[in-house]
Order: sequence, then C-alpha cells, then structure tokens
Amino acid sequence: MAHPIFELKNISYTYKDKLETTPALKNINLQVHKGDFVALVGPNGSGKTTLLKLILGVLRLQTGEININGKSIRNYQSWQEVGYVSQKSNSFSKGFPATVGEVVLSGLTKEKGLFKRFNRKDRQKLKEVLELLNISHLQNKNISLLSGGQTQRVFIARALINNPSILVLDEPTVGIDAKHVKEFYDVLFKLKSQSVTILLVTHDIGVVVDHADEVACLNESLHFHGTNNEFKNLGEAELSKIYGFPLQLVSHDHERSTTSDTGAY
Amino acid sequence: MIQALIDYDFIRYSFISGLIAGLIAPLIGTFIVIRRLSLIADALSHVTLGGITFGVYLSSLVGMTINPLITGIIFSVFGALGIERLRGVYKHYQELAIPIIMSFGVALSVLFLSLADGFNQDLFGYLFGSISAVNSFDLILISVIGVVVLIFIYLLYKEMFLVSFDEEYANVMNISKWIHFLFIIVVALVISASMRIVGILLVSALMTLPVAAAMRVTSSFKQLMIMSVIFGELSVIIGLFLSFHLDVSPGGTIVLISLALLAVTIILDRIGVKRRGEPTESI
Repeated sequence: MAHPIFELKNISYTYKDKLETTPALKNINLQVHKGDFVALVGPNGSGKTTLLKLILGVLRLQTGEININGKSIRNYQSWQEVGYVSQKSNSFSKGFPATVGEVVLSGLTKEKGLFKRFNRKDRQKLKEVLELLNISHLQNKNISLLSGGQTQRVFIARALINNPSILVLDEPTVGIDAKHVKEFYDVLFKLKSQSVTILLVTHDIGVVVDHADEVACLNESLHFHGTNNEFKNLGEAELSKIYGFPLQLVSHDHERSTTSDTGAY
Repeated sequence: MIQALIDYDFIRYSFISGLIAGLIAPLIGTFIVIRRLSLIADALSHVTLGGITFGVYLSSLVGMTINPLITGIIFSVFGALGIERLRGVYKHYQELAIPIIMSFGVALSVLFLSLADGFNQDLFGYLFGSISAVNSFDLILISVIGVVVLIFIYLLYKEMFLVSFDEEYANVMNISKWIHFLFIIVVALVISASMRIVGILLVSALMTLPVAAAMRVTSSFKQLMIMSVIFGELSVIIGLFLSFHLDVSPGGTIVLISLALLAVTIILDRIGVKRRGEPTESI
C-alpha cells in the first residue's frame, strides 16, 4: 500500500519560556492520503498554526514523528513538492516594489536550486500558472497595488508554479468576498482532480463542510477526524466540546455555517 | 577635472573607486532598504570607524604604516557577525542589536583615538571622504570587493529576492539561513569599499538614498535595482566633480546630490509624471 502523504504520529508540542510552559498540541495522530482534501478546523488558539508549522518544518519536532511521502520530516529535502499559501495579511512586506510576475516566479526558487537563474522554461511555467488563476493581465503590475482577492490569487499562483503534489493553505480566504471564494474553491477542485493533496487550515466551518472530503477538528488534541458527512452529523454536544462553548451547525441556502450564542462563527 | 583624471593617478583612483561604490552600494542597498535594515549599515559603519582608529593606533604603536582599510574591513565583518548573534539573542527586539553594536563602534573609536593622541588629517578623510586619499592598494581592494558583491548578487539574486519579499515562505521552502549571514558580511564589505570616497559617516546614505529615490519611480524589483544604480552613479559622478572644483570633501557633495535626486523623484511622483496604476478590481 502506498505511503500516506502526511503521517503524524503522537505529536505533542509545548511552548516554553523562562516563566511558564504552554502546551499547544497533545498526542496528535493523523493520516492524509494522496488526493485527499482535508480541512483542519478548530477555534483560535487550538494549535492549528502550531501543527501547520510542524508539518512545514518551520518548528522543530519535540515529540512524535511526521512523515511526508514516507520520508521523515527530520531529513525531508523535497520542499518543492509542497505548495504553501499563508494568510496573506501577515505574510509579505507591504509596499514591496515587485511585479506579480516576479513574485510568482519566486515560487520556483527552491526547485531551481542555488546559483541557477530563471530561464525561458520557467517563464513558460509562469505564463501557464497565471492563466490557470486568470491573472495573466496582472503580470507586470506592482503587487502592492492589488486588491485582497487579487493578491491571494497571486500567492496561490506562487504555490502552484512548482506543480506541487501537496498544497497546504492557511486561512487562504480571509478577507475575500464570496465571488472570489467560489473561484478559489473552483481552482482547488481542479487541482484535486489532478490528484493534488490539499490540507486546508481554517475556522470557516461553513465553507469547508461543503468542499472538503474530510474534516479534522483540533483543540489541543484531535477531537474528530472523519468524512465530510460524518462531520455534518456531529451533535451539538460534540461540537460544543471541541469549541469550548455552545455551538450548532445550521444551514442557510446552499451553505452550512456554524453559529454560537454570540453569533455566526 | 577630465585633464586632472589624465594627469593625476590619485584623482583617477578616486574616480574609479567612486564608480565602484556608486554601483555596489545601491545594489546591496536595495536589499537593505527592502528588508528594513537601513540602520544596520549605520551601525556597521561605526564599527568600521572603530577598526580604522585601531589601525591608526596600531600604526603609531608599532611605528610602521598599517593600512586602516584592512583593520576597518576586519572590524566591520566581526561587527556584522555580532549583529547577527544579537538579533538571535533578542528575537522579539531585533533592532536592539543596532544601538548595541553602534555604541560599541563609537566607544572603540573614541578609545583608540585617545590612545593614538587624537584626530589627524587621515581620519578626517575616513570620516567625510577624500578625493586624494585612495592609493593603488585601496583601489585593488575596492575592486576585489566590487567583484565579490557582483558575484554574490548574480548567483543569489532569486534567493535574496524571496528572503526579502517573504521571509516566512523562504523558511518554509527551507532557503538556507547562511544566505542572510553571507548578505550581512557583504554589507560590511560594501561599507568598507565605499567609505574611502563618501566617508564613514555618510556611507549608509549612498546605500539608501538612491534606493529611496528609485522607489518613487519604479514598480518592479529589477527596475528598482537598475534605477538605484543610475541614481547612485549620477550622485557619485556629479558629487566628485563638485568636490574637485569646490575643493570640499566628496562625501558631502555626493550625499547632497543624492538628496537632490530624491527630492526631484518625490516631486515628479507627486505631480503624477510617473503614475503607478490603481487596482483594477475591487474586492
């Protein structure tokens, strides 16, 4: 049987400073297989970002093991296989004097390797990925002059220019309107049909239940991991336990969202 | 001045050194400004001053001439390493590294100046630049540094771009940390190479002002580098010409020309001669 794309075994992580220790993750076990679209959800402070940083190798493992494509993350080198889209607002330097083309092309940096410069073939890849995201007309535009939705599409293009087999997205649709959110998920479905494995971190539950194949609920430990339908059938008590406050799934139009006593989540 | 360039070696050496500084200082300055590290250049230039005064003191101590440019470069590189170390120690207050290293550089300068029995004419040249101080050895050293900087930018441009634009993404892509380390060393070398012409106290201006001017009139990163070099070279050529004819230190004239170019680009940008587009879609 093929290796899972991601395999997390007994992952625990604790933030430590001089005065106190704060546990962020406890004994997480999770497997994501090739072509899966998995949404990782949980409330603020639930450890989603910590887990993402561990999976991306930004934080060093304390306990447990993470394998990517069967290889331990401790000596994993093929990061060009992993496309990553961060929360755009925290990610890039505002006012940076670079064009969309330059930014998207920079996604090939790791794949090209040290001391090599971009060539005609790389520019062809740039052209193709810009067409895929419908942003060819923005190629020579300054990145800091784009709207929120356009900027996010540029970052998705940067993640996709390598043709990654794994795509990791951290709250990618924050601040984007419904029309562009739909366009964004259309692109994800297109990638999924090409067997790209997608791990989406979000707290927008209403959207993920309609799009992801599987949902994993995190709040320090993994409270639930199952299919989209199993997640929809979770009871109010179980959801409230995960989120730590009264919560229920409600439907409106074609979408379902999560609401609490304090309003829509 | 053209006749002087033909007739006098030292004028020729200064001019060529100035052209090299006008090329490499804005090139490296582009990454410094974009990464919001402008003050690091100031801190390192003060450490370089410590090295130069140490060279002057050592010369007086051992009774033979030691080229202060060499001691300046050594101190500058160690200062760069110190800044990187301190930025690691104060992860949440990384800018603290700058005043710490800067005060260290100034304190060393004062100490060695006092030990070497005070200020001399050479030191004035190091502080504010000099059109007559560049000898053939200095020119060779500055040329070697120029080549090193150009090779660094040619080979590591794409990594430097990614690290400058989005450090988090560069970390995820596992772009080697030593590139940043190498970058800081290269900054130290550029400061050492440029200080003979513009002077220690104004060297950071040649790294930042042409970039600040270019930012007003460019929209791509490559354009920014090209325009920064054009502004840098214009400042050096006009500044050296004025310095020669007015018989004043070139550091002042070069930096004043840079400031004038900056003012012009700001005004041109304001009146919309160079318009950068607005978002075409609203979200």
